[in-house]
Amino acid sequence: MTTVKYTKLFYNNDWHNAVSGRTFPAVNPADGSKLCDVAEADSSDVDIAVGLAKKTFEIGAPWRSIDASKRGLMLLKLADLYERDIDYLAELETANCGKLLSDSKGDVKFSAGVIRYYAGWCDKICGQNIPCDGDYFAVTKKQPVGVCAAITPWNYPIAMFTLKLAPILACGNVFIGKPAEQSPLTALYIAALCVEAGFPPGVVAVLPGYGPTAGAALANNMEVNKITFTGSTEVGKLIMKASGDSNLKRVTLELGGKSPNIIFADYDNLEYAAMVAQEAAMTNMGQCCCAGTRTFVQEQIYDKFVEMSRVLAEARVVGSPKDDMSQHGPQIDKCQKDKIMELIESGKKEGAKVVYGGMSLDKEGFWVEPTVFADVGDEMRIAKEEIFGPVQSIFKFKTLEEVVKRANNTQYGLGGAVFTKDIDKAYTVASSIDAGTVWINCYNAGEANTPFGGFKMSGIGREYGEESLNNYLETKTVILQVPKKIN
Amino acid sequence: MENVKAFKNPLIWRTQLFINNEYVNSVSGKTFEIENPSTEDIICRVQEGDKADVDKAVSAARRAMERNSPWRTMDSADRGKIIHKMADIIERDAAYIASLETMDNGKPFASALGDVGFSVAILRYYAGLCDKIEGKTLAMPNGKFGYTRYEPVGVVAAITPWNFPFLMSTLKVSQILAAGNAFVLKPPEQTPLTSLLYGDVAIEAGVPPGIVNIICGFGPTAGAALTAHKDVNKVAFTGSREVGHIIQKASGESNLKRVTLELGGKSALIIGKSADLEKVVPLAQDGCYVNMGQTCCALTRTFVHEDVYDEFVRLSAEYANESRAKIGDPFQDGIKYGPQVDKVQFDKILDLIESGKKEGAKLECGGGRLNEKGYFLEPTVFSNVTDNMRIAQEEIFGPVQQIMKFSSLEEAIDRANDSDYGLVAAVFTNDLSEALYLSQELEAGQIWVNDFMLMAPNTPFGGYKQSGIGRELGFDGLLSYLEIKTVLVKL
Repeated sequence: MTTVKYTKLFYNNDWHNAVSGRTFPAVNPADGSKLCDVAEADSSDVDIAVGLAKKTFEIGAPWRSIDASKRGLMLLKLADLYERDIDYLAELETANCGKLLSDSKGDVKFSAGVIRYYAGWCDKICGQNIPCDGDYFAVTKKQPVGVCAAITPWNYPIAMFTLKLAPILACGNVFIGKPAEQSPLTALYIAALCVEAGFPPGVVAVLPGYGPTAGAALANNMEVNKITFTGSTEVGKLIMKASGDSNLKRVTLELGGKSPNIIFADYDNLEYAAMVAQEAAMTNMGQCCCAGTRTFVQEQIYDKFVEMSRVLAEARVVGSPKDDMSQHGPQIDKCQKDKIMELIESGKKEGAKVVYGGMSLDKEGFWVEPTVFADVGDEMRIAKEEIFGPVQSIFKFKTLEEVVKRANNTQYGLGGAVFTKDIDKAYTVASSIDAGTVWINCYNAGEANTPFGGFKMSGIGREYGEESLNNYLETKTVILQVPKKIN
Repeated sequence: MENVKAFKNPLIWRTQLFINNEYVNSVSGKTFEIENPSTEDIICRVQEGDKADVDKAVSAARRAMERNSPWRTMDSADRGKIIHKMADIIERDAAYIASLETMDNGKPFASALGDVGFSVAILRYYAGLCDKIEGKTLAMPNGKFGYTRYEPVGVVAAITPWNFPFLMSTLKVSQILAAGNAFVLKPPEQTPLTSLLYGDVAIEAGVPPGIVNIICGFGPTAGAALTAHKDVNKVAFTGSREVGHIIQKASGESNLKRVTLELGGKSALIIGKSADLEKVVPLAQDGCYVNMGQTCCALTRTFVHEDVYDEFVRLSAEYANESRAKIGDPFQDGIKYGPQVDKVQFDKILDLIESGKKEGAKLECGGGRLNEKGYFLEPTVFSNVTDNMRIAQEEIFGPVQQIMKFSSLEEAIDRANDSDYGLVAAVFTNDLSEALYLSQELEAGQIWVNDFMLMAPNTPFGGYKQSGIGRELGFDGLLSYLEIKTVLVKL
């Protein structure tokens, strides 16, 4: 049984009960058991944290004049601490969100790398010296945007929390995180590591709680300068509206997807493509915003591909996420499980062919079988709605022009992939798919320095990479009159 | 770095050449002697490399840069981790490195420690840059796809000077490695001991064999072999203007290896009539005497407005005389200045001081030797210096301050710009318009306002005119260690 060290709200480098005194349970989705009670933040707690954050960010306060390279050193220390405590962090992640232990470990390692990437940016965030007309000296300064609220999801708790925390701090801002209510425990542990890494009081706050209360309080707060949200498209829209209703806080959103994975007959390793395609749909039990949930297979190789997918799904080892042999664990909670099963039933009803699975498992926790549908029609619910479950849908196509149209026929635009050996096909499809990331002969590849984000209703803005810094900076142009200009 | 104590008689750990992750003797077996300039004692002998050793080192570097080598195929973030490790190692061993530097070069221990601290900061800056060296995708017409790649330039020859030995070597090493290259370093023959430690640092940090190579020796032999070598892609040199010219010619005569040069300076400082002399006099002199005057960017032509000139001269002589007590054993606490680096420099400075007297400048104080042993010089101030004197035009590289009078700002600017050098120009003023105006008008790679030795890992540094070619530090500094490849695809 994993011991949970931190269960209270975190701000001012210390732990606090909620003003209301309320708590909520943290659950292990592998068996439905309760891990502990966690303090539940509400608008009163948000007010306290925001007030503190504002003071910490004031002109004249130490955090506003700290050397950029020193911020970098603190972030490097934080990365080292992630690695020091990798076993505990991974165990806690798996216990709280059901992720395979090997994946949790991978996420911790990847997150340490992300922190290091952003640490290196601190003293390299430069403005420009601009040759404008007239007797002026014109420069731009990139300043931190200010108080940043980060609302993070339950599918990759550590990785998503880190993806916001690292660049927000690297750019010199102050951070208030609201981790998902399903999986708050690792964010709280990371808060303790921030203290150890040397971040001064007031720079980092973590407020576990619910969306409609704590989340909404942050989205509507008049003193929060920026909100960054990863989660459902539905909530993303609410946050956009809240920005308009309040102080026009800057918004970045990473939302859902229904990403197409297009497999051409000329690709020379069908087994490999089938394996990658299934992993793209099933990884993290399908709880991945950019999951390859629509697999388009060219008609010449379709039957063979479907059969390969059946074999792969059958071989997928379902078991305890703590077990090294497992490849498939539980879904996060009952609500998600019910939603997935409802969509699977709709697939059966609307005439898709169940190639494998399609059932939930009768055991403690929230389990759904790896499921493969073939002969899926573009108008079916399973073709249009984000399932967020272990469901692969296979569609047949004839030509490049046709499949690109069908792939783009969605309000989403997060990821996309094409498997082909032909350079022209690869370039054309990559350029034509309306998605923030297009993979060629691979899926879900990406590092700390490759930008990621959505077209259309999959999001606004990009994370990772140099571009992501712009999310957390405000450009100031300074124009000084000089007696005479010279070039 | 706080509370770091010196080792007063540090062990001399490395005296051999370093090739392919191994310390070895020179092919010829010859050695040369190293002197402690504070005592004039010979402290050790170091292996002397020549063409045969350079050839071995360049071959090792070339092998380590082959297409499928570990260094060429390593993730850029992992390269960054290795450089971070190098910074950690050097920080851990700062006391030893600074002590060795003080014994070899004569600079006060506190300065040597400052150099090591700055070296660590530079390594960390570049470690964080490795995975951020990005090309562009290009807007191409008619169904073509184009993008640029930044590739390492290849095998780099780095030739470094004796005035900031460890720091100058670090500056080259960090940029060279961050850009993904291999190198052969020829450290200064006067003070090679701390640079030699880079072999151990490389091994402990996990740098693959052949990437770091160090050949000690002399310019006309080892240095020339490097600059003439057909298999060296680039040479980065910090040193004298004379040798800079030789290296540029050598590139033309061999394989057109890319050349960057950081050479000397005769940097002007302009002090206006509203200057607060109490503040400005010490700054001006400290900026001239920094590192015993052995600094490419020392402020060696002090232009003072006629209204405050007399008082400035008087206060400068006073300040110089106060400094005498702070010159001595560089290992002692409270010492501000050590000796000059060797007899050659010592004699050259005294010769230039004589020329100043002979050509009619007024010697306000100093002008001769201090102490019986060690190459110690008196802090020296000349006034009534005119622009045609040798002391106004030639780089002295010693604790000698030249004070010149001017009447108008325009005149000061023109006289400051009337030099073959162009490394730094400094301005002490609180008038914002004046500061910005002078920044535009002065022909120098660095403009310093209200202070001296202003630099950081992210501020590009280099010379106009014959003070050098190219820039180091910052992202711009990295560009000279990269080669841009443009890839164009017809679809």
